[in-house]
Amino acid sequence: MIPAAFDYVAPSSVADAISALVEGGEDAKVLAGGQSLIPVLRLRLSYPSVLVDLRKIDSLRGVREDGADLVIGAMTRHADVVKDPLVKQYAALVATAAATVADPAVRHRGTFGGALAHADPAGDLAAVALALDAQLVAEGPGGRRTIAAADFFQDYLQTSLSPDELLVEVRVPKLEGQWGVAYEKFNRTAQAWAIVGAAVAVRRENGSIAEARIGLTNMGSTPVRASAVEAALAGAAADAGTIAAAAEHAAEGTTAPSDLSAQSDYREHLARVLTRRAVTTAAGL
Amino acid sequence: MTEQLDAGLVAEQIAENPDALSSPYAGGELGRGRRRKEDAKLLTGQTNWTDNMTLPGLLHMTVLRSPMAHAKIISVDVSAALEMPGVIAAYSGKDLADVMGASMPCAWPVTPDMVSPVHTPLATDEVRYVGDGVAVIIARDRYAAADALEAIAVEYDQLPAVVDMEQALKEGAPLVHADKGTNQCFLFDFPGAGADFDETVAAAGDDAVVVKRRFRQQRLIPTPMECRGVVVAPIAAADEFTLYSTTQIPHVLRVMLALTTGIPEQKLRVVAPDVGGGFGAKLNVYAEEILALVIARKLGRPIKWTESRSENYQATTHGRDQIQDITIASKKDGTLLGLKVELLADMGAYLQLITPGVPVLGAFMFPAIYKMPSYRFICRGVFTTKTPTDAYRGAGRPEATYAIERIMDELADTLGRDPMELRKQNWITHEEFPYTMVAGLTYDSGNYEAATEKAEQMFDMVGLRAEQKARRERKDPVQLGIGISTFTEMCGLAPSRVLGSLSYGAGGWESASVRMLPTGKVEVVSGATPHGQGHHTAWSQIVADSLGVPFEDIELVAGDTKSSPKGMDTYGSRSLVVGGVAIHKATGKVLDKAKRIAAHLLEAAEGDVEFKGGTFSVKGSPEASLTIQQVALATFAAHNLPDGMEPSLDSDYVYDPENFSYPHGTHLCAVEVDTETGFTTIRKYVCVDDIGKIVNPVIVQGQVHGGLAQGIAQALYEEAVYDAEGNLSTGSMVDYLLPSAADLPHFDTGRTETPATSNPLGVKGVGEAGTIASTPAVINAVVDALRPFGVNDIDMPATPERVWRLVQAGSANGATQ
Repeated sequence: MIPAAFDYVAPSSVADAISALVEGGEDAKVLAGGQSLIPVLRLRLSYPSVLVDLRKIDSLRGVREDGADLVIGAMTRHADVVKDPLVKQYAALVATAAATVADPAVRHRGTFGGALAHADPAGDLAAVALALDAQLVAEGPGGRRTIAAADFFQDYLQTSLSPDELLVEVRVPKLEGQWGVAYEKFNRTAQAWAIVGAAVAVRRENGSIAEARIGLTNMGSTPVRASAVEAALAGAAADAGTIAAAAEHAAEGTTAPSDLSAQSDYREHLARVLTRRAVTTAAGL
Repeated sequence: MTEQLDAGLVAEQIAENPDALSSPYAGGELGRGRRRKEDAKLLTGQTNWTDNMTLPGLLHMTVLRSPMAHAKIISVDVSAALEMPGVIAAYSGKDLADVMGASMPCAWPVTPDMVSPVHTPLATDEVRYVGDGVAVIIARDRYAAADALEAIAVEYDQLPAVVDMEQALKEGAPLVHADKGTNQCFLFDFPGAGADFDETVAAAGDDAVVVKRRFRQQRLIPTPMECRGVVVAPIAAADEFTLYSTTQIPHVLRVMLALTTGIPEQKLRVVAPDVGGGFGAKLNVYAEEILALVIARKLGRPIKWTESRSENYQATTHGRDQIQDITIASKKDGTLLGLKVELLADMGAYLQLITPGVPVLGAFMFPAIYKMPSYRFICRGVFTTKTPTDAYRGAGRPEATYAIERIMDELADTLGRDPMELRKQNWITHEEFPYTMVAGLTYDSGNYEAATEKAEQMFDMVGLRAEQKARRERKDPVQLGIGISTFTEMCGLAPSRVLGSLSYGAGGWESASVRMLPTGKVEVVSGATPHGQGHHTAWSQIVADSLGVPFEDIELVAGDTKSSPKGMDTYGSRSLVVGGVAIHKATGKVLDKAKRIAAHLLEAAEGDVEFKGGTFSVKGSPEASLTIQQVALATFAAHNLPDGMEPSLDSDYVYDPENFSYPHGTHLCAVEVDTETGFTTIRKYVCVDDIGKIVNPVIVQGQVHGGLAQGIAQALYEEAVYDAEGNLSTGSMVDYLLPSAADLPHFDTGRTETPATSNPLGVKGVGEAGTIASTPAVINAVVDALRPFGVNDIDMPATPERVWRLVQAGSANGATQ
């Protein structure tokens, strides 16, 4: 299919990109990796006035350390996130989940920030950002502001970014200590969206689970935190029975959708099974 | 001997380039794993896809499609679209009513009283499925054509959708075609060649064991890599047209377009350029082909239409979609008494080229390889407000094979028998061929024992059964299941007389010409049109061995009604079995004539001339010899030919097969089913196919792998879903799940070779075997894994959710786990 006509700009600085967004108004769209946006345009589900392509803005690309945070540039491609040594060291869950995004072609074009700003609850990375308490940095005409992941994802495909704001970087608090991570993604074909996913980071201390961070993919209109499981695991023994009992709480507080891929009760069941498996793996059992 | 040829100038030039007449033919082409001649071109993109074509003054067509499953068209207003930049013309169905021609063709009226609704390329008064064409835009470029679609205003008056076949047949159901008074398209009642099923079962009394199941053949979307497209180039002054189309059937299409539009056949050239797969979905005559043709005629300008994937999912035919009520009966000792098949087959909204014939073709395949005294086949075709169905890889045979191979497992379970032992007890043994089946076909050859023995060796049945037992005993959350499919199919469509007896609108022959060129090279003209199969390679191998010329020296001419004027095209695993045999026969005629010319030139009696490795020689005096290339040159020069002989080394052959061919094989599948999530993983897949003589094992392997992928896809992944309003819910690949290589297992493939006796090459065809055989093997394995949970069937695709729900229900009912 052929998209409706649109203007196209590819500015080389964040300031110019924001100006273009301001000028474009409500109907301007940001083109990051395009792996979701282009299909939407081709299906004529969206009629943007202008596409602001960020590919020339080098400052938005790359991973760096900043004190207690790992900073991932919004335009860093999934494939680069997956192999980045800093990500592996301090935010291994990000790398683990990013490696499951779609297929290699998508991972070489799609970007970390683009995926988060698209805010598809079936996307793999939003649950990870939530679980790791990431801070999302937006820049607009009035300067920069930092939004907690829990506040960033507002609804299905909706974030707290305003139309003239750009997601510029994602700050992930470094995981220090003895952390294990796992992402259990359940889908029917390798490149398909997750029907349900469980992103888990677990800190072990003296043989028990000191802390668990759990984000769930596709269990509501936004990614959700499995808080009840986290609470049940905090300070608990790292054994199969304890983990299984804790994982039974995984669907609490979720509003799993029913669609062609799965009915909500099946999703709830999957959330429990996948959470149990991911925690088990992350706990090193 | 060259000087003796006296071929003048050409001979002098060849003398300067002696390789031109050399004969490095080394023999042994048949059965050799040649890499495909086609691939360099395909892999480097030097291809001629329909959408790549551009012509001076080319205009672009787009089609506005109905967003409703069923509605009256109140009005279509194209005036705003006509005002848009770049738009040349815009037409509603009514605007084109006088040029669209007759109803689009259905060539297979399966019963004399079949209901055959009028099917115009654009709807005029009523739309009957989401995707039904309503209006077209003709514009200078495809962007303008796409934009202008949105400016067409259509007013609809919605009518009730007809989605479910059983509901459609109920009294008072909304009608898809109100003027027909019924949603039933046909009732095909076939008693077979044996006894009556019900009487046979009744006569067996208490000894009869009867098992009944309802299977659903879900609707599938064929999804070739290349969507459809058409380009029409008119020569207005001569009222002549060249139509390029992504079709499997340029020859049939030409005839049908001539009959439909009234454009004389001789004024119409149809070309299938490089075509990126078809799987049956391009075995058709489509609305867009007719529209592009008649609009090109009307405007005197070339027209192109290129289908998007979203359109492809709505407007290109779908496959399968049957409800199968299957009853099988045996004696208590397992000896089969008979089979009763009651089908509902979804036609969709209209009849496309062979829509009603697909389920009816299955009538002959349900008894498969099993001996049984009685049979009954009853099929109802049903209209619904959905995309029309038609051929999809296997077309009738996968549906039949699924039903019989599934019900054999259920019968075995009921009898407490091993499913393979039950099959062995009832199949035709290799000594019994030729064998006339209860459905009426005579199978010429086969050896089910040999294929099965080999497959079982490759599979490690004993070890896997032991593991299955252990997993069951320890209540492992991951259960193992083993599935069998001992399939056969009918290929090589088809003896024309048989097709006639089934009311099919054409014959089943195939045409070939073989031309030796002056320099000894060979052109093979085939009426079988390739769209990915590797014809160029396979035909080269056949001809190389017959004529003793190098593989590299052979070129294929096909897919263009101007250069390959006669043909029945490519579908139903027929190319090698019918088209290949035609080439073999035509090659034989060339060789016979070359031998007569060689004898004349060598001044020997024809009976004294021997032919070996591309060289004619005189018995007893081997120094007197001529290569076939030298004979070709001498024929071209024609200076010294036998009196009255035509100076040509060409021949034509039209081959009409006497019987179908019957590939068979044994497929064994082991699956691991995660009973917690319901996810099925294929652990091991072994197939031993007996497709008779092999021309090229590399091509065979490709066909088997692709076929397995599509068959496994039906078992586990693919399903076209419509909602209650008749909207296609699986309108893109996001929701219509196609497995990729990452989702498929390693395939352990093997072969046995029992040559067909019904054709001189001993070949049987392999285009559909993998698809036909694999679906029941996988589902039998899934059901086998779940039997401890009281499961005895699962709808396809066996999604994780369906598996999980069955496990839940089984656990709730106190099943053994």
